[in-house]
Amino acid sequence: MPAFNAHVEVTHRPGIADPAGATVERALPALGYTNVAQVHIGKTIRLVVDAPDAQSARTQVEEMCERLLANPVIEAYEVVIS
Amino acid sequence: MTVRIGVVQFPGTNCELDVQFAIEHLGGEAELLWHGDDTTRGVDAIVVPGGFAHGDYLRTGAIARFSPVMRAVGEHARAGGPVVGICNGFQVLCEAHLLPGALQKNAGLKFLCQTVDLRVETTSTALTNLARVGDVLRIPINHFEGNFVCDERALAELRAENRIVVRYVDNPNGSLDDIAGICNAEGNVVGLMPHPERASDALLGSDDGVVLLKSLIAAATTRATMLV
Repeated sequence: MPAFNAHVEVTHRPGIADPAGATVERALPALGYTNVAQVHIGKTIRLVVDAPDAQSARTQVEEMCERLLANPVIEAYEVVIS
Repeated sequence: MTVRIGVVQFPGTNCELDVQFAIEHLGGEAELLWHGDDTTRGVDAIVVPGGFAHGDYLRTGAIARFSPVMRAVGEHARAGGPVVGICNGFQVLCEAHLLPGALQKNAGLKFLCQTVDLRVETTSTALTNLARVGDVLRIPINHFEGNFVCDERALAELRAENRIVVRYVDNPNGSLDDIAGICNAEGNVVGLMPHPERASDALLGSDDGVVLLKSLIAAATTRATMLV
Protein backbone atom coordinates (compact mmCIF):
# COMPACT_ATOMS: atom_id res chain seq x y z
CA MET A 1 0.00 0.00 0.00
CA PRO A 2 1.34 3.45 -0.82
CA ALA A 3 2.20 5.85 2.00
CA PHE A 4 0.67 9.33 2.05
CA ASN A 5 1.87 12.36 3.95
CA ALA A 6 -0.94 14.02 5.82
CA HIS A 7 -0.62 17.57 7.09
CA VAL A 8 -3.33 18.51 9.57
CA GLU A 9 -3.86 22.07 10.67
CA VAL A 10 -5.99 22.55 13.78
CA THR A 11 -7.28 26.07 14.43
CA HIS A 12 -9.95 27.70 16.57
CA ARG A 13 -13.46 27.57 15.15
CA PRO A 14 -14.78 30.92 13.98
CA GLY A 15 -16.33 32.72 16.94
CA ILE A 16 -14.16 30.90 19.49
CA ALA A 17 -11.77 33.25 21.24
CA ASP A 18 -8.11 32.84 20.34
CA PRO A 19 -6.40 34.65 23.23
CA ALA A 20 -2.90 33.60 22.11
CA GLY A 21 -3.50 34.97 18.60
CA ALA A 22 -4.97 38.17 20.03
CA THR A 23 -1.94 38.67 22.26
CA VAL A 24 0.49 38.28 19.34
CA GLU A 25 -1.67 40.64 17.29
CA ARG A 26 -1.35 43.25 20.05
CA ALA A 27 2.44 42.71 20.26
CA LEU A 28 3.28 43.07 16.56
CA PRO A 29 2.62 46.84 16.33
CA ALA A 30 5.32 47.30 18.99
CA LEU A 31 7.81 46.12 16.36
CA GLY A 32 6.40 48.53 13.81
CA TYR A 33 4.04 46.08 12.09
CA THR A 34 0.93 48.21 12.32
CA ASN A 35 -0.62 46.66 9.21
CA VAL A 36 -1.35 43.20 10.69
CA ALA A 37 -4.79 41.79 11.51
CA GLN A 38 -6.47 38.42 12.06
CA VAL A 39 -3.57 36.64 13.76
CA HIS A 40 -4.56 33.06 14.54
CA ILE A 41 -2.52 30.49 16.40
CA GLY A 42 -3.20 26.80 15.91
CA LYS A 43 -1.24 23.60 15.73
CA THR A 44 0.16 21.40 13.00
CA ILE A 45 0.10 17.62 13.11
CA ARG A 46 2.01 15.63 10.50
CA LEU A 47 1.57 11.92 9.94
CA VAL A 48 2.19 9.22 7.37
CA VAL A 49 -0.73 6.92 6.49
CA ASP A 50 -0.65 3.71 4.49
CA ALA A 51 -3.78 3.61 2.35
CA PRO A 52 -4.89 2.26 -1.03
CA ASP A 53 -5.32 5.78 -2.45
CA ALA A 54 -5.27 9.46 -1.51
CA GLN A 55 -9.03 9.67 -1.01
CA SER A 56 -9.06 6.84 1.47
CA ALA A 57 -6.08 8.37 3.31
CA ARG A 58 -8.02 11.65 3.55
CA THR A 59 -11.17 9.95 4.82
CA GLN A 60 -9.19 8.19 7.54
CA VAL A 61 -7.32 11.30 8.65
CA GLU A 62 -10.57 13.31 8.75
CA GLU A 63 -12.04 10.60 10.95
CA MET A 64 -8.97 10.85 13.24
CA CYS A 65 -9.58 14.59 13.45
CA GLU A 66 -13.22 14.11 14.46
CA ARG A 67 -12.37 11.47 17.05
CA LEU A 68 -9.10 12.68 18.57
CA LEU A 69 -6.90 15.21 16.80
CA ALA A 70 -9.37 18.09 17.10
CA ASN A 71 -12.22 18.93 19.48
CA PRO A 72 -15.10 19.91 17.17
CA VAL A 73 -16.64 22.05 19.96
CA ILE A 74 -13.83 24.58 19.77
CA GLU A 75 -11.58 23.59 16.88
CA ALA A 76 -11.67 23.39 13.09
CA TYR A 77 -9.24 21.35 11.04
CA GLU A 78 -7.90 21.20 7.52
CA VAL A 79 -6.27 18.13 5.99
CA VAL A 80 -3.77 18.24 3.13
CA ILE A 81 -2.72 14.89 1.64
CA SER A 82 0.39 14.64 -0.52
CA MET B 1 -22.79 2.35 56.37
CA THR B 2 -19.61 3.80 54.96
CA VAL B 3 -19.84 4.63 51.30
CA ARG B 4 -16.93 4.02 48.96
CA ILE B 5 -15.83 6.81 46.65
CA GLY B 6 -13.34 6.08 43.89
CA VAL B 7 -10.79 8.73 42.93
CA VAL B 8 -9.37 8.24 39.43
CA GLN B 9 -5.61 8.45 39.04
CA PHE B 10 -4.10 9.05 35.59
CA PRO B 11 -0.39 9.54 34.99
CA GLY B 12 -0.07 13.28 35.71
CA THR B 13 -3.04 13.57 38.07
CA ASN B 14 -1.93 15.54 41.15
CA CYS B 15 -5.01 16.22 43.29
CA GLU B 16 -6.06 12.64 43.99
CA LEU B 17 -4.56 12.47 47.49
CA ASP B 18 -6.08 15.85 48.46
CA VAL B 19 -9.50 14.61 47.33
CA GLN B 20 -9.02 11.30 49.12
CA PHE B 21 -7.96 13.09 52.32
CA ALA B 22 -10.89 15.53 52.18
CA ILE B 23 -13.46 12.77 51.65
CA GLU B 24 -12.07 10.70 54.52
CA HIS B 25 -11.84 13.83 56.69
CA LEU B 26 -15.61 14.19 56.16
CA GLY B 27 -16.42 10.60 57.01
CA GLY B 28 -16.43 8.93 53.60
CA GLU B 29 -14.16 6.16 52.42
CA ALA B 30 -12.02 6.94 49.38
CA GLU B 31 -9.86 4.68 47.25
CA LEU B 32 -7.73 5.35 44.20
CA LEU B 33 -8.77 3.90 40.83
CA TRP B 34 -5.83 3.40 38.48
CA HIS B 35 -6.51 4.66 34.95
CA GLY B 36 -5.20 1.47 33.33
CA ASP B 37 -7.77 -0.77 35.06
CA ASP B 38 -11.01 -1.24 33.19
CA THR B 39 -13.12 -1.22 36.37
CA THR B 40 -14.45 1.10 39.05
CA ARG B 41 -14.40 -1.79 41.57
CA GLY B 42 -18.03 -1.28 42.58
CA VAL B 43 -17.56 2.13 44.22
CA ASP B 44 -20.69 4.18 44.94
CA ALA B 45 -19.39 7.44 43.44
CA ILE B 46 -16.40 8.61 41.42
CA VAL B 47 -14.26 11.73 41.46
CA VAL B 48 -12.08 12.57 38.46
CA PRO B 49 -9.61 14.91 40.20
CA GLY B 50 -7.40 17.72 38.97
CA GLY B 51 -3.91 17.68 37.55
CA PHE B 52 -2.46 17.14 34.11
CA ALA B 53 -3.72 13.73 33.00
CA HIS B 54 -1.34 12.29 30.40
CA GLY B 55 0.54 15.58 30.49
CA ASP B 56 -2.42 17.37 28.86
CA TYR B 57 -0.81 16.38 25.55
CA LEU B 58 -2.78 17.31 22.42
CA ARG B 59 -5.54 18.97 24.50
CA THR B 60 -6.52 18.82 28.17
CA GLY B 61 -8.36 15.56 28.73
CA ALA B 62 -8.02 14.38 25.12
CA ILE B 63 -5.87 11.33 25.84
CA ALA B 64 -7.29 10.59 29.31
CA ARG B 65 -10.63 9.92 27.71
CA PHE B 66 -9.17 6.76 26.14
CA SER B 67 -7.76 5.32 29.38
CA PRO B 68 -9.40 1.95 30.15
CA VAL B 69 -10.95 3.21 33.40
CA MET B 70 -13.01 5.78 31.47
CA ARG B 71 -15.13 3.06 29.87
CA ALA B 72 -16.10 1.90 33.37
CA VAL B 73 -16.63 5.50 34.53
CA GLY B 74 -18.97 6.05 31.55
CA GLU B 75 -20.91 2.91 32.42
CA HIS B 76 -21.22 4.01 36.07
CA ALA B 77 -22.42 7.47 34.91
CA ARG B 78 -24.98 6.11 32.45
CA ALA B 79 -26.34 3.83 35.19
CA GLY B 80 -27.03 6.93 37.32
CA GLY B 81 -23.95 6.71 39.56
CA PRO B 82 -22.55 10.02 40.87
CA VAL B 83 -19.46 11.30 39.01
CA VAL B 84 -17.73 14.59 39.79
CA GLY B 85 -14.95 16.03 37.65
CA ILE B 86 -12.83 18.72 39.29
CA CYS B 87 -10.67 21.05 37.15
CA ASN B 88 -8.71 18.71 34.84
CA GLY B 89 -11.38 16.11 35.68
CA PHE B 90 -14.04 18.48 34.29
CA GLN B 91 -12.00 18.76 31.08
CA VAL B 92 -11.77 14.95 30.90
CA LEU B 93 -15.56 14.56 31.33
CA CYS B 94 -16.16 17.06 28.49
CA GLU B 95 -13.73 15.25 26.20
CA ALA B 96 -15.43 11.95 27.12
CA HIS B 97 -18.78 13.50 26.09
CA LEU B 98 -20.24 12.87 29.54
CA LEU B 99 -20.74 16.66 29.70
CA PRO B 100 -21.26 19.16 26.85
CA GLY B 101 -18.88 21.93 25.83
CA ALA B 102 -15.15 22.37 26.28
CA LEU B 103 -12.68 24.38 28.36
CA GLN B 104 -10.42 26.75 26.45
CA LYS B 105 -7.57 28.98 27.60
CA ASN B 106 -8.44 31.71 30.10
CA ALA B 107 -9.43 34.94 28.39
CA GLY B 108 -6.58 36.83 30.10
CA LEU B 109 -4.05 34.17 28.98
CA LYS B 110 -2.88 33.80 32.57
CA PHE B 111 -2.73 30.76 34.78
CA LEU B 112 -5.14 31.61 37.60
CA CYS B 113 -4.49 30.53 41.17
CA GLN B 114 -6.80 32.34 43.56
CA THR B 115 -9.85 31.90 45.76
CA VAL B 116 -13.10 32.96 44.09
CA ASP B 117 -16.75 33.36 45.04
CA LEU B 118 -19.12 30.82 43.51
CA ARG B 119 -22.91 31.09 43.51
CA VAL B 120 -24.87 27.85 43.79
CA GLU B 121 -27.49 27.83 41.00
CA THR B 122 -29.17 24.44 41.45
CA THR B 123 -29.31 21.86 44.20
CA SER B 124 -30.59 18.96 42.06
CA THR B 125 -27.11 17.52 41.55
CA ALA B 126 -24.69 15.05 43.08
CA LEU B 127 -22.50 17.93 44.24
CA THR B 128 -24.98 20.49 45.57
CA ASN B 129 -27.86 18.53 47.12
CA LEU B 130 -27.07 19.83 50.63
CA ALA B 131 -26.44 23.44 49.55
CA ARG B 132 -29.04 26.16 48.99
CA VAL B 133 -29.62 28.07 45.75
CA GLY B 134 -27.95 31.45 46.12
CA ASP B 135 -25.30 30.26 48.59
CA VAL B 136 -21.99 31.98 47.86
CA LEU B 137 -18.99 29.72 48.46
CA ARG B 138 -15.32 30.71 48.60
CA ILE B 139 -13.39 28.04 46.69
CA PRO B 140 -9.92 28.09 45.10
CA ILE B 141 -9.36 27.85 41.34
CA ASN B 142 -6.07 26.75 39.81
CA HIS B 143 -6.17 26.52 36.02
CA PHE B 144 -5.05 27.80 32.64
CA GLU B 145 -7.86 26.24 30.58
CA GLY B 146 -10.99 27.06 32.56
CA ASN B 147 -12.84 29.22 30.08
CA PHE B 148 -16.01 27.22 29.43
CA VAL B 149 -17.45 27.37 25.94
CA CYS B 150 -20.23 25.54 24.09
CA ASP B 151 -22.46 26.22 21.10
CA GLU B 152 -25.67 28.26 21.42
CA ARG B 153 -27.91 25.23 21.41
CA ALA B 154 -26.00 23.55 24.22
CA LEU B 155 -26.06 26.77 26.26
CA ALA B 156 -29.82 27.16 25.73
CA GLU B 157 -30.26 23.57 26.90
CA LEU B 158 -28.07 24.05 29.98
CA ARG B 159 -30.11 27.11 30.93
CA ALA B 160 -33.54 25.65 30.18
CA GLU B 161 -32.81 22.43 32.07
CA ASN B 162 -31.27 24.26 35.02
CA ARG B 163 -27.94 22.50 34.52
CA ILE B 164 -25.61 25.38 35.34
CA VAL B 165 -24.55 24.20 38.80
CA VAL B 166 -22.25 27.02 39.97
CA ARG B 167 -21.45 30.45 38.50
CA TYR B 168 -18.54 32.79 39.22
CA VAL B 169 -19.73 35.90 41.05
CA ASP B 170 -16.84 37.80 39.42
CA ASN B 171 -15.86 35.92 36.23
CA PRO B 172 -12.07 35.40 36.36
CA ASN B 173 -11.45 33.56 33.07
CA GLY B 174 -13.97 34.68 30.45
CA SER B 175 -16.19 31.64 30.90
CA LEU B 176 -19.42 31.73 28.89
CA ASP B 177 -22.34 32.95 31.04
CA ASP B 178 -20.00 32.98 34.11
CA ILE B 179 -20.17 29.17 34.17
CA ALA B 180 -17.92 27.51 36.75
CA GLY B 181 -19.66 24.13 36.74
CA ILE B 182 -22.38 22.21 34.91
CA CYS B 183 -24.13 18.85 35.11
CA ASN B 184 -25.74 16.31 32.79
CA ALA B 185 -29.52 16.10 32.33
CA GLU B 186 -29.91 13.73 35.29
CA GLY B 187 -27.68 15.75 37.64
CA ASN B 188 -25.53 12.74 38.56
CA VAL B 189 -22.54 13.86 36.49
CA VAL B 190 -21.07 17.23 37.53
CA GLY B 191 -17.97 19.05 36.32
CA LEU B 192 -16.51 22.21 37.82
CA MET B 193 -13.23 24.12 37.58
CA PRO B 194 -12.89 25.16 41.27
CA HIS B 195 -11.41 22.72 43.82
CA PRO B 196 -13.81 21.95 46.74
CA GLU B 197 -11.17 19.68 48.32
CA ARG B 198 -8.92 22.71 48.82
CA ALA B 199 -11.65 24.34 50.90
CA SER B 200 -12.45 21.36 53.09
CA ASP B 201 -11.21 22.71 56.43
CA ALA B 202 -11.02 26.18 57.98
CA LEU B 203 -7.27 25.62 58.36
CA LEU B 204 -6.99 25.81 54.57
CA GLY B 205 -8.52 29.28 54.52
CA SER B 206 -12.06 28.21 53.74
CA ASP B 207 -14.30 25.28 54.55
CA ASP B 208 -16.97 26.26 52.03
CA GLY B 209 -16.15 23.15 49.99
CA VAL B 210 -17.44 20.94 52.79
CA VAL B 211 -21.09 21.32 51.75
CA LEU B 212 -20.17 20.18 48.22
CA LEU B 213 -18.14 17.16 49.32
CA LYS B 214 -20.79 16.22 51.87
CA SER B 215 -23.36 16.45 49.06
CA LEU B 216 -21.26 14.00 47.06
CA ILE B 217 -21.04 11.64 50.03
CA ALA B 218 -24.84 11.95 50.44
CA ALA B 219 -25.35 11.18 46.74
CA ALA B 220 -23.06 8.16 47.08
CA THR B 221 -25.02 7.00 50.13
CA THR B 222 -28.33 7.31 48.25
CA ARG B 223 -26.82 5.38 45.37
CA ALA B 224 -25.51 2.63 47.68
CA THR B 225 -28.88 2.31 49.41
CA MET B 226 -30.67 2.06 46.05
CA LEU B 227 -28.46 -0.80 44.96
CA VAL B 228 -28.76 -2.84 48.18
